[in-house]
Amino acid sequence: MGHDQKYVDKKYEVVGERFNRPDGIDKVTGKARYGADASAPGQLVGRVLRSPHAHAQILKINTAKAEKLPGVKSVVTFEDMPDLTGGDQGLADILENCMARGRALYDGHAVAAVAAVDEQTAAQALKLIDVKYKKLPHVTDVDEAMLESAPVIHDRIMTRGVEPAPTKPSNIAARTQMGYGDVDAGFAEADVIIEKTYKTEQTHQGYIEPHACLASVNPDGTAELWVTTQGHFVFRNVCASLLGLDIAKLKVTSSEIGGGFGGKTHVWGEPVALALSRKANRPVKLVMGRDEVFRGTGPTSSTSIDVKMGAKKDGTITAAVAELRYQGGAFPGNWAMLACMTAFACYDIKNNKSIGWDVVVNRPKVAAYRAPSAPMAAFAVESTIDVLAKEIGMKPIDVRLKNVAREGTVAPYGPTYGPIGIEHTLKAVKDHPHMRAKLKKNQGRGVACGFWFNIGGQTCTDLNIGVDGTVNLTLGTVDVGGSRSSMAMIAAEELGIPYEQVRANIADTTSLGHNDMTEGSRGTFSSGMATVFAARDAIGVLKERAAKMWGVPVDDVVWENGQAVATGKGHGNLPPLSLKEIAAKSGRTGGPIAGHNEVVADGAGMGFASHICDVEVDPETGRSTIVRYTVVQDAGKAINPDYVEGQFQGGATQGIGWALNEEYIYGDDGRLQNPGFLDYRIPVCSDLPFIDTTILEVPNPLHPYGVRGVGETSIVPPLAAVGNAIANAAGVRMTHAPMSPPRVLAAIDERDNAG
Amino acid sequence: MSNATLVSTTVNGDPVQFACPTDESLMTALRNRVGLTGVKEGCGTGDCGACSVTLDGSLVCSCLVLGVEAEGREVTTVEGLSEGGELHLLQQKFIDHAALQCGICTPGFLVAAKSLLDRNPNPDETEIRYALAGNLCRCTGYDKIVHAVQAAAKEMRGKDKRSKKGR
Repeated sequence: MGHDQKYVDKKYEVVGERFNRPDGIDKVTGKARYGADASAPGQLVGRVLRSPHAHAQILKINTAKAEKLPGVKSVVTFEDMPDLTGGDQGLADILENCMARGRALYDGHAVAAVAAVDEQTAAQALKLIDVKYKKLPHVTDVDEAMLESAPVIHDRIMTRGVEPAPTKPSNIAARTQMGYGDVDAGFAEADVIIEKTYKTEQTHQGYIEPHACLASVNPDGTAELWVTTQGHFVFRNVCASLLGLDIAKLKVTSSEIGGGFGGKTHVWGEPVALALSRKANRPVKLVMGRDEVFRGTGPTSSTSIDVKMGAKKDGTITAAVAELRYQGGAFPGNWAMLACMTAFACYDIKNNKSIGWDVVVNRPKVAAYRAPSAPMAAFAVESTIDVLAKEIGMKPIDVRLKNVAREGTVAPYGPTYGPIGIEHTLKAVKDHPHMRAKLKKNQGRGVACGFWFNIGGQTCTDLNIGVDGTVNLTLGTVDVGGSRSSMAMIAAEELGIPYEQVRANIADTTSLGHNDMTEGSRGTFSSGMATVFAARDAIGVLKERAAKMWGVPVDDVVWENGQAVATGKGHGNLPPLSLKEIAAKSGRTGGPIAGHNEVVADGAGMGFASHICDVEVDPETGRSTIVRYTVVQDAGKAINPDYVEGQFQGGATQGIGWALNEEYIYGDDGRLQNPGFLDYRIPVCSDLPFIDTTILEVPNPLHPYGVRGVGETSIVPPLAAVGNAIANAAGVRMTHAPMSPPRVLAAIDERDNAG
Repeated sequence: MSNATLVSTTVNGDPVQFACPTDESLMTALRNRVGLTGVKEGCGTGDCGACSVTLDGSLVCSCLVLGVEAEGREVTTVEGLSEGGELHLLQQKFIDHAALQCGICTPGFLVAAKSLLDRNPNPDETEIRYALAGNLCRCTGYDKIVHAVQAAAKEMRGKDKRSKKGR
């Protein structure tokens, strides 16, 4: 049945309230089962052997001794994972990333794996695997990797997007360009031009739950996988392709997920666990250690960015150019392209150009991290806007408002914006009491904006009504942050029943049609839309059943406040039939009552935010402390405000960690020096104040309730908001993130010495 | 299992025996041998606090304690917080205040927060933040966690009036 996805303004009964989540009790009592919490009869312990070298040829892998160790049931190398990718280079890269094929491409690259009867035996077996390496020259820095003199990591990489096409391989996988207007003419009009270069270091999503799965493959090719993932349907498809299994015969169940932030959209250990299980014909549980998570899974890009912006004295930005160099780890990505798309997306700049360079280096294959690529570009652009504002003597927020993108503005990447909320967030920031809070000595305030696209994608949802009138809502989008409560609220809203009457569950891959990942802030947008439509489907059935019970034409039945009402002439005396009453009779009126929807949800509304940050910089140590922080973001419509605020606060905090502390530190040997939470320091409770939030609601015209994605935008502004605050607190403009104490102290010393 | 030692201990008030290798952590023993998977492993190096339990009333990272060290002692995990059919007030406040998103850190936070309130029934915001600084949460920014602990502490002192829909 076709449904209309257009936004309709209405008064809500359930949506917009703060209901408790359905999985809350399981999660506060320890009953909830995550990736590492499942067991199977006869299960083995899997462990992975990883390369200690940044780049090395693998001359020989001798597994004989490990295989002979009592208790070892299978050992696999790339030879047990033949290349079935049939020319699909993207899939071949995933396969090679899961298990090295002749060459180790980064410190932590998987080289072999074992499955044994217990942890001790598996650990001992790893030590018995003899790998002969020949070290190769490596490069881990994005700028160095682009040099002519850099060691070339893949002979097959010829830069895409340059004319004429190169004849020699290099580490530059692709060049992207976008924008419009004439930037030279724009700069000619400018009264002031600012040019700056920025660097951001590599950060990890840092989910507290390491990757974990339990795999079981039978000799007939049927298989099961229990796994912590943001998208079990996609994992099923990828694993089936890599292992040569039939999609329908691989049942993937998503466990509760202990954080993902984009990092659990990619497979690493799962195909290996399946290969180990297939060889042993026993279930294999594979759980990563924290060091493996840092070394062997996908962090975000480190970057190097040039920005040039020109403005008139009245604040009009006449031209803007960014050149963005992003490393994607040991395999090509499209991270710089995403950066080009987001860099100037908050503004209406007549002449703008972004050039992106996607580069490979000897680091782990980069994975999505919450609004991937956007925070670094925003750090560069939003910092430059503050410098520009200072130069022309305007308040930075007024420069932002002067150039702000509105409905009708053409985005740098092509589309024309519909109704968007960036101007609303900036005005809300300007009026916010935070902007008038008094600053003490060594304190400064910064503001920055952020944009993220948000996506829709494939979604499939079932809604089944029990004979007692309670409702099972069956979803295929993994719940990473409380979305089950939002979906149950939407179903309750549509059906006109109390929230408590709906139970939302995440189905395994054999119980529902394909659902794309929970990524791109699509969960509540797309699954919310499918839930609305599935509920409307069910209401259609409920009306038919009521008509049958009454013996009236179905056209004379409407659904109001959770009950069927007969409206036609002569039916006026019929008392309404509640959902419960209709459900109770369903066995005699045509069988179970259900609604279903599958949709490719288009029209995800863009997300915009503006943040205010107050920071105190200790001039003696260079340490920056966040003293106040406010997030203002357009949610379109907040289904459950508790969890929308949670997304705002969590994203802001990850951004603050990136701004102040978090970074991958590589030695000259190309090895990661800080693969643990002690030396890779994410924000802790005592680092932070309360994070204030303001939810704005500029409805998305292409969602029945006006929903926009809210998960990612909140990580985009913090780097620049913090940097701008530090500039105002300490009088130093930081261009290298994280702005850790040594970097800030060096900048202060440099300024003092120069002065 | 080489070097297995039989350990007699008390877990959440019940007598428990398990055999584990002498180099196995209490976290692994509780998870794999006692079946208490509410004890979470986030790092195995004492940096994240997800495996927090109390040992004779003291808050510890169970990944930094050996299983054999539990001999003759009293261990309390998140599974031991609620009594009978009732949630502990901290557990209820975490749900009411949306103090969890993914929930993997929640057991550790609850054990650490209970340990704090046992010692100090009236902590201020700073005391709460420092008492919980050994527990990493990557989802929430800690905002709602601190609010939940404040609300629990207040109600445990008999003052809370907050009521909420959907409970």
